[in-house]
Amino acid sequence: MTSSPARLTRSDVEHVAKLARLALSDAEITEFTEQLAVILEHAALVSALDTSDIPPTSHPLPLVNVLRADVVKPSVGRDELLTSAPDAESGRFRVPRILGEAP
Amino acid sequence: MSVITSASGTEWEIVSGLEVHCELATATKIFCSCANQFGEEPNTNVCPVCLGLPGSLPVLNEKAVEYALRVGEAFHFTVPAQSVFHRKNYFYPDMPKNFQTTQYDEPICEHGWLEVDGVRLGITRAHLEEDTGKSMHMGGAGGRIHGASHSLIDYNRAGVPLLEIVSEPDIRSSEQAAAYVDELRSTLKAIGVSDVKMEEGSLRVDANVSVRRIGDTGFGTRCEIKNLNSLKSLRDAMDHEAARQIEILEDGGEIRQETRLWNENEGHTASMRSKEEAYDYRYFPEPDLVPVQPTDELRAHVRATMPELPAARRTRLMAELSISEQDARTLLSTDGLADFAEAAVVLGAPPRDAALWTTQDVSAHLNVLGGGATVEGLDPGLLVETLQLVSDGLVSRNQGKEVFAAALAGEGRPAQIVADRGLAQVSDSGALGAVVDEVFAANSAAVQEWRDGDDKVRKKKRGFLMGEAMKALKGQGNPQLLNQLIDERLAD
Repeated sequence: MTSSPARLTRSDVEHVAKLARLALSDAEITEFTEQLAVILEHAALVSALDTSDIPPTSHPLPLVNVLRADVVKPSVGRDELLTSAPDAESGRFRVPRILGEAP
Repeated sequence: MSVITSASGTEWEIVSGLEVHCELATATKIFCSCANQFGEEPNTNVCPVCLGLPGSLPVLNEKAVEYALRVGEAFHFTVPAQSVFHRKNYFYPDMPKNFQTTQYDEPICEHGWLEVDGVRLGITRAHLEEDTGKSMHMGGAGGRIHGASHSLIDYNRAGVPLLEIVSEPDIRSSEQAAAYVDELRSTLKAIGVSDVKMEEGSLRVDANVSVRRIGDTGFGTRCEIKNLNSLKSLRDAMDHEAARQIEILEDGGEIRQETRLWNENEGHTASMRSKEEAYDYRYFPEPDLVPVQPTDELRAHVRATMPELPAARRTRLMAELSISEQDARTLLSTDGLADFAEAAVVLGAPPRDAALWTTQDVSAHLNVLGGGATVEGLDPGLLVETLQLVSDGLVSRNQGKEVFAAALAGEGRPAQIVADRGLAQVSDSGALGAVVDEVFAANSAAVQEWRDGDDKVRKKKRGFLMGEAMKALKGQGNPQLLNQLIDERLAD
């Protein structure tokens, strides 16, 4: 990559805020657009480097294949789990009305 | 190619690709040690990892990786050197973490294929992911989300390992789609990675459907159909959706790219959300899981433990047992049936008879017993002995069926049943000859009519004489011998 990405816009921030279900005021959108743009531009400095010989990094740790044997261990008791839930009913987690269909 | 002719006489075809979600039959979930068990009391197989509680860390189940590689082997996939997990972010309470851990641009399997009725259908990819919890919507009509006051969630299924198998848009008819899923399903079952029960949701299918005029080579706008719980709903939904799209296109309209839900009771699809409302999942690499690099050792182990696949076994059974493809499919459609027939052949039964008696009579026996009856425990020796009694002429074929049914039902060995029921057929040609003589004497008019008659009359009279002889023998005469004796007498 040689060209730097287009500068972050207000509408980008509005879109991401909507996806993250964040209600931001106009002032906050202005403030965060400015702050996020600076962060992204800083990260974009990397694109000035020649990385053609460097394999993509999927993970910062030099580890692969951290696996677990397929052996059942006891789960946490339901009563204990539901005690820490905001609300429960009939052995299930009770949640407020869902607005919209399943993804 | 499967042509759909519209009311206006235009010829169309379906273009479809399928997404099949297969729950893997591991003992535990994909990222934690909770039991992977269907039908338990709600929220009894749940832990902090399932719930994504702060501080909990997922660890990948090695069996899920092995099973994915088995699928890779079965469907000729390329297995990349490395695969990686991502977070798929969305807001819906079926995942308490607000994301689903899945694979995105580096799946565990790529570029496979499956042959269905001589046609090779491409499979784009297969990737590992976690299943979601189950919601119950309360206070509304018929458990629907619209109008509900609140919902109740059971997270037993959250974290159950899923393999999503995505086909190329190579499918051209609803029948081909059903045949693809059927072949996929029987193969997944044969390689032991899933119980593939569509009715319990361990195999779920979404269909992408578009249509185009015959001769066109481009792709039309597609709709994704969800909620297909059986092969029948898959076929019905695809045919209905194709008809809906053709009608819109012939009226000069345009197809809106959207997700549609199949309504089984009403027999139509209804819009669920449009492309504009489609989710932006903001995939990013899962920082809590490191990459998977299947080792040569594991891949060799998988290859060494692959069973014979249904397609190969079908071809072999057709050749070795001299049976049709349909009979081979029947043998393979019920667990243990083909094993039973093959075991009978090993014990000395004639191959074709062993196969056909198994498809007909063992299946009938299981049907009589009803749901849950299995081949397991049935002795193939009973079939071998029955077929021997038939080929020795001790009982007729029909009597053999009766004996075999009784033997399967536990009445004893076939020879004993023949004795107990007094079924042994008369194969003594002296005794049979005497009976034939009596019948000829008592029915001389019929014999004369045979001598004077044309082919039609002869056939009728011959049948009558055979019937009289069999009646005199109370049905226990050896039919081949009787036929032979009657022919000899008539030729005199």
